[in-house]
Amino acid sequence: MPETAQEAPNLRELPVSQTPEVDFVRIRIAGDSGDGIQLTGTRLAESAARFGNDIATFPDFPADIRAPSGTVYGVSAYSLNIGETEVLTFGDESDALVALNPAALKKYMGELKKGGLLIFDSGSFSARALEKAGYESDPREDGTLSHFRLLPIDITELTTSALKESGVSAKDAKRCKNMWTLGLIHWLFEREIDALESWLTEKFANKPEIAEANLLALRAGHLYGEIAELPADISQYHIAPAPLRAGEYRTINGNEAMAYGLYAGATLADLEAFYGSYPITPASPLLHTFAKLKELGALSFQAEDEIAAIGSAIGASYAGHLGITGSSGPGIALKTEALGLAVATELPLVVVNVQRGGPSTGLPTKTEQSDLFQSVFGRNGDTPIPVIAASHPGDCFEVAVEAVKIATKHMTPIFVLSDGYIANAAAPWRLPDLGEGDFAPFPVTKATDPNDFQPFKHDPETLARPWAVPGTPGLMHRIGGLEREEGRGNISYDGDNHQRMTEIRAAKLQAIAKDLPPQTVESGAPSGKLALVGWGSSWGPIRVATRRAVLQGKSVSHIHLRHIWPLPPNLKELLAGFEEIVVPEMNNGQLATLLRAELGRPIRSVSCVKGRPFLVREITEIINNVVGG
Amino acid sequence: MTKLTVKDFASDLDVRWCPGCGDYAVLKALQKTLADGGSTLEDTLVVSGIGCSSRLPYYMASYGFHSIHGRAPTLATGAKLSNPDLDVWVVTGDGDGLSIGGNHLLHVLRRNVDLQVVLFNNQIYGLTKGQFSPTSRQGTKSPSSPTGSIETGLNPCVFALGAGGQFVARCIDTQAKVLQPVLEAAKAFKGTGFVEVLQNCVIYNDGIFDGLKDKKTGPDHTLHVEHGQPMVFGVNKDKGLRVAKGGFGLEVVRLEGGITQEDLLVHDETNIHLAQALAALGENEGEPVVIGVLYRHEKQEFVEGARHGLPEAPLSRAEKLKRLGATLRKAETWQVS
Ligand SMILES: Cc1ncc(C[n+]2csc(CCOP(=O)(O)OP(=O)(O)O)c2C)c(N)n1
Ligand code: SF4
Ligand SMILES: [Mg+2]
Repeated sequence: MPETAQEAPNLRELPVSQTPEVDFVRIRIAGDSGDGIQLTGTRLAESAARFGNDIATFPDFPADIRAPSGTVYGVSAYSLNIGETEVLTFGDESDALVALNPAALKKYMGELKKGGLLIFDSGSFSARALEKAGYESDPREDGTLSHFRLLPIDITELTTSALKESGVSAKDAKRCKNMWTLGLIHWLFEREIDALESWLTEKFANKPEIAEANLLALRAGHLYGEIAELPADISQYHIAPAPLRAGEYRTINGNEAMAYGLYAGATLADLEAFYGSYPITPASPLLHTFAKLKELGALSFQAEDEIAAIGSAIGASYAGHLGITGSSGPGIALKTEALGLAVATELPLVVVNVQRGGPSTGLPTKTEQSDLFQSVFGRNGDTPIPVIAASHPGDCFEVAVEAVKIATKHMTPIFVLSDGYIANAAAPWRLPDLGEGDFAPFPVTKATDPNDFQPFKHDPETLARPWAVPGTPGLMHRIGGLEREEGRGNISYDGDNHQRMTEIRAAKLQAIAKDLPPQTVESGAPSGKLALVGWGSSWGPIRVATRRAVLQGKSVSHIHLRHIWPLPPNLKELLAGFEEIVVPEMNNGQLATLLRAELGRPIRSVSCVKGRPFLVREITEIINNVVGG
Repeated sequence: MTKLTVKDFASDLDVRWCPGCGDYAVLKALQKTLADGGSTLEDTLVVSGIGCSSRLPYYMASYGFHSIHGRAPTLATGAKLSNPDLDVWVVTGDGDGLSIGGNHLLHVLRRNVDLQVVLFNNQIYGLTKGQFSPTSRQGTKSPSSPTGSIETGLNPCVFALGAGGQFVARCIDTQAKVLQPVLEAAKAFKGTGFVEVLQNCVIYNDGIFDGLKDKKTGPDHTLHVEHGQPMVFGVNKDKGLRVAKGGFGLEVVRLEGGITQEDLLVHDETNIHLAQALAALGENEGEPVVIGVLYRHEKQEFVEGARHGLPEAPLSRAEKLKRLGATLRKAETWQVS
């Protein structure tokens, strides 16, 4: 099978599977927001990754901080795909669902496949709880669950009785339900719990009785699987380790990887990092991660609003740091005017947009990739800004490093697009070799020579202007948003100068384009019937669906764009090798529109704005429609 | 190195304010303050927003950043956080600093960032041709308020004190004798030095401060406070401020009929209640407008606090990458072979 995948340091060329439950299992744990579901899911992801499986996760939680307990909108869930093959998505439907209350059952039952395993806490199915979940009759008795394999367990009761002797209060005992469940799931996947035990002991080092209670619950759940007499149709899942590339691994989510990558980028440029931001879902963890990098020399600043955040970052860049700011759509909108200032003053600046559903406040906790137009076009004046996008959690690190490189090499602000899905999803990540291997340094040279110093004289290759930092003797100059005279940089209202400066700003993007690696095909042949062109986090489902289709001999290829603006110069030529182009994206056709304008040929758009990534099945349908099922 | 002169601080650009604009005098006072204080061009950074007054950085030979409307404090904060050795000045107007940028001015004061804010208060939007501003007096006739503005004007010093400003002063554009030492004191202050300058706009709001500036009668309407000095004012030094008898607040009294200097208040820059009362004076008939340093009080400065915990000396690239590697490994890691 000819594969022409892009060779990124962390990209794993794992086999792709067609057979769920043999090569991978998609399990979803759901319960009340207060049940500790996210923690349980994260731990399960950790241990699956540590076991050597490939994983993809999808944490899904309500926007309310403390949604009323027992209600459907208060349900929190964590979906996990555990595989011995490549799994880049959390799955279209789940093979197993663990529901810790009736509301969780109600919300996610529809996505459990026919014949799937349904484990539920029967102890939570009181009349009151059923009513809160909106059930008119008990789904256990009215046939609703007839096409699932059922495993009802009174988890509440089993947890409390396991902790009877421990001396913790009944309330604290109930809180350990999630650990009991985690123990059981570990049994289900034939996994040991030693690593979890040491994690619990460490986590609750200061509260030994809580540690003990959690340990008891965990062991009881694990043991239950061993000794309880389970129905004959319930068997364990046997998923072997995936043949991952050798190296040292950890799990990482996109926000963490982005913050670490930006710090790494600044470091490789020999700059100090400055992160100015204002809290917003789902970008806040970037600020939290930066705050913890202070010992490493990174400055972070929680500003009074997003305008102040970008203002402080521009000020920091002017003073010689690498200014970085991050937000999500509504916050990015507030930064618009200052972005123009960064373009006008030609200062390096990295702007991260962790996209969420819009317009306006939209769907704050749900993912979308609908800020592409905002990034490429959303400013007054002719104000070009390069835009690059990350495709999966680990990719955020590399994209961040590349963004710093472009920003400093060309003296320009740059947009880095992530989204709510990549930001929160955890994936195994092979740690980069920071010592020498994976990333070459790209140290920045600041201006120091007063001889013929001209703040707005541009390098003929990169179109960067000199970066002259306050504090440098002899290089004093004034910059600002009023048009600057080419070269000396004084205020200039001259029309011809403005024409030239506008052209220089546009040419800067061409200089960036010239530097881009040629666009390649992600999977599939370099030419053929159908090209699926994607960007951002739709990478996962498009890749999986394409690889499966290719295995079935279909003429389809996946082209994934990291560089959104400017587009790779060879894209047009590459796409000329395909009869049809379809762009699946989590917006109403923004990349498709951009490509139509840039490439001048018909392009079909497939949109999904349902607050979740594409399902593999949805992409497969596109493929089948074009090349035949 | 020889000390720089006022001229050295002037850039080679022609100053393009209207002839007679109060901004000239403030520019000159700032340049003189820096020259007299032994400042260097390379370590001085002037950041401004948008407005006539905000053109000031172009006329300075130091580093300068003419940013966007109202946002100068944010850029200044980022620059100062990144390089605390810079002497940072924010130049703003009544519209720039109190209308569009009110939020940022509030927060820079609250944080007490070590920089100076010079607010040119001409009680009008100069650059956009004379609309009323947030500090315009009620009833101000302007293109956007042909029958007189309805809003109450904001008092910048009252605002600054309310925002938690730790150094708050008021001056008049043409009174260099007060302005210059106040600018010097603001620069020396470790924290945000806020200086409101009453500035005449000859084109759109001419003469609104004439009553205060008049060589002959001005002293009857202004009180120049100095720490430790009794609050005497008036052409004949025959008026003063004392605590209102049987009430709460300040009252103006004549030094006659048995009232002597002993009865008057003595200025205490560290007293916030006094500062608030002084800042508010001048609204009512007979009250003087108070100029000079109204309030000065040392408190935790922001940049120092915010930088606390950074490595003592900048780390090398290798050291940073090593520490990043260690940070990445704070999570559980495992080997795949
Ligand atoms: C975002 C934005 N809105 C509006 C303007 C137009 N504008 C420029 S200066 C100004 C008011 C300036 O008033 P002030 O700060 O008092 O300065 P002055 O000209 O009086 O010195 C306005 C509204 C602008 N430049 N930017
Ligand atoms: S319009 Fe007024 S404030 Fe502006 S330069 Fe002229 S006199 Fe000065
Ligand atoms: Mg004004």
